[in-house]
Amino acid sequence: MAEPLLEVRDLKVSFRTEDGIVRAVDGISFTVHEGEVVGIVGESGSGKSVSMMSVMRLITDPNAIYAGEIIYKGRNLMGLSRDAMRQVRGQEIAMIFQDPMTSLNPVYTVGWQIEEQLNEHNDLQKGQARRRAVELLGQVGIPKPEERIDDYPHQFSGGMRQRVMIALALSCNPDLLIADEPTTALDVTIQAQILELIKRLKRDFGSAVALITHDLGVVADIADRILVMYAGRIVEEGDKEQIFYDPQHPYTWGLLGSIARLDRPKAQRLTAIDGQPPSLIHRPQGCNFRPRCPHAFDRCRAEDPALTDKVGGGHLDACHLSVDDKRAKRDATINPQLAESA
Amino acid sequence: MGTFVVRRLLGLIAVMFALTVLVFLIFFETPGVDPARLMAGRHPDPQTIANIKHEFGLDRPLPVQYVLMMKHMFVSRDLISYSTRTKVIPEIIAATPVTLSLVIGAAIIWVIFSIVLGLGAAVLRGTIWDPLLMVLALIGISMPVFWLGEIVNLFTQSRWHNFFLFSWVPPLGYTPLTQDPFLWFKGLVFPWLTLSVLYVGFYARVLRANLIETESEDYVRTARSKGISERRVLVRHNLRTSMITFVSLFGLDFGILVAGGALLVEVVFGLPGVGLLTYHSLTGLDLPVIMATVIYGAFFISLASALVDLLYAWLDPRVRPT
Repeated sequence: MAEPLLEVRDLKVSFRTEDGIVRAVDGISFTVHEGEVVGIVGESGSGKSVSMMSVMRLITDPNAIYAGEIIYKGRNLMGLSRDAMRQVRGQEIAMIFQDPMTSLNPVYTVGWQIEEQLNEHNDLQKGQARRRAVELLGQVGIPKPEERIDDYPHQFSGGMRQRVMIALALSCNPDLLIADEPTTALDVTIQAQILELIKRLKRDFGSAVALITHDLGVVADIADRILVMYAGRIVEEGDKEQIFYDPQHPYTWGLLGSIARLDRPKAQRLTAIDGQPPSLIHRPQGCNFRPRCPHAFDRCRAEDPALTDKVGGGHLDACHLSVDDKRAKRDATINPQLAESA
Repeated sequence: MGTFVVRRLLGLIAVMFALTVLVFLIFFETPGVDPARLMAGRHPDPQTIANIKHEFGLDRPLPVQYVLMMKHMFVSRDLISYSTRTKVIPEIIAATPVTLSLVIGAAIIWVIFSIVLGLGAAVLRGTIWDPLLMVLALIGISMPVFWLGEIVNLFTQSRWHNFFLFSWVPPLGYTPLTQDPFLWFKGLVFPWLTLSVLYVGFYARVLRANLIETESEDYVRTARSKGISERRVLVRHNLRTSMITFVSLFGLDFGILVAGGALLVEVVFGLPGVGLLTYHSLTGLDLPVIMATVIYGAFFISLASALVDLLYAWLDPRVRPT
């Protein structure tokens, strides 16, 4: 396989707090290849956003401590100077944020905000930036872009603002687009439109996409590969098919059990994962998921499972259960009712 | 935007009308207050009171009285002070440039210094400089302006006046700009600094708080993710939105000061401005002067708030009518 576009090696991000060190990201490694869509899934606080914000070096909290390497096109981003990092941001790696209502500056027109980025990274003549901004707004599906370019963010709806954010992110043709829960704040119908747009633009612009979400339903459609994160670690990683049809980690089963699926018989009710995510200051002994896991046994307390390829085919998981055990127990966990009736 | 300006200015006129009516009623129709008697001096002859009543139209119906009073104030401008027997309106007109000189100069100082201080403290957050600057600002806010003025006078006019640092300071008082610009400037340096100390402290603290609040806004993170320089993020995104609060506060404070709020500084430094005029008329219960200065003050305050509304719409597109 070719050299990956982005390679994260043993990334650790911690925050010093009054109560102790919060290990928000606890040693994760993954790669993103050119043109690939990687879905990063996990519940709130699992470290998805923090890890991707670290790639952009956008965490301004002075209490953050980093370790590990982030290799982008052969360069370690962690070691770059501020100015060198600015060249990467916006031009090489761009980001779309969760809340389009607050992510655009309310006092500037959307055109101004797109042009600002274009001018920062390109040597453009007067009027060129504006023409390009109109073009971009058209590409993301904003009607009458030549009129709307002079409108302020508050004159757009949420879905339209997210389109503006996408236009902004794509303005310098980045190789990697990080989308941090881009559809979470939107209506379901708008969500589908935005995902469709990201899919189309990914094809047109050829960017790789790292899509952060807590909703497996969102990545089911668009992702090539999926990382499942829990408590600051990757607990399972594999192709979309592997994750959806042969999930290995009990936490992934929990996530799958909590979404409605059209390709399976309808369940009476969706299953929830009992309990709360662990404290990131005082982690449980052994496996992080053990306190919530219905299948935990002695070894789970004694030993922290490593992320290894047990199934084969690049499908990694961090669980002590054997593959056969997991396949036997899985359906009952994902949907007990269906398992009974079968 | 045009209709918004017109609407706001029409509103200003309505407010001004209501204000003059209110002030008129308070001063001339308060039960127990007989302006003619006040005007007639001590132990007046009833005939004199009646004459004054007739002369000022105080024996006519209320609306006519009001119109006559406004005519005296704005049209013929011959409203007479009870105590000094001089015309009130020319006196106010003569005092206005003094107050404007004082307030505009102080405002320039306080805007520049508070932005530098507030921005500095926000940028240096997490270092020892931030709390140091803020304590300095707090000291500025806490110092009573009349006390500070007297201390400044004590040093620059008496104790250290012969010391080379302060030997250039002219005696207290005001020299018109048109007469001697250099002397005008020299005479106002310390009044400006004294008046601005409080505002520098206050505005620096407000700006710092706003900057820090804006720093955590999502759009500042977006700006950073665009790869623009930290300085540009700070000035074009963070400071620009933080200025909205700053400017609205500034407009009102400026209006209040022009309206006579700089009274203490004017008294301490012997500047014959509107504040000093108000001060004298209040101590002498000089009704026409009080009324005129109150209306003058109200006019500047409502003008300032109208300007703030317009500025606000210019700064914040969200409140702009479409």
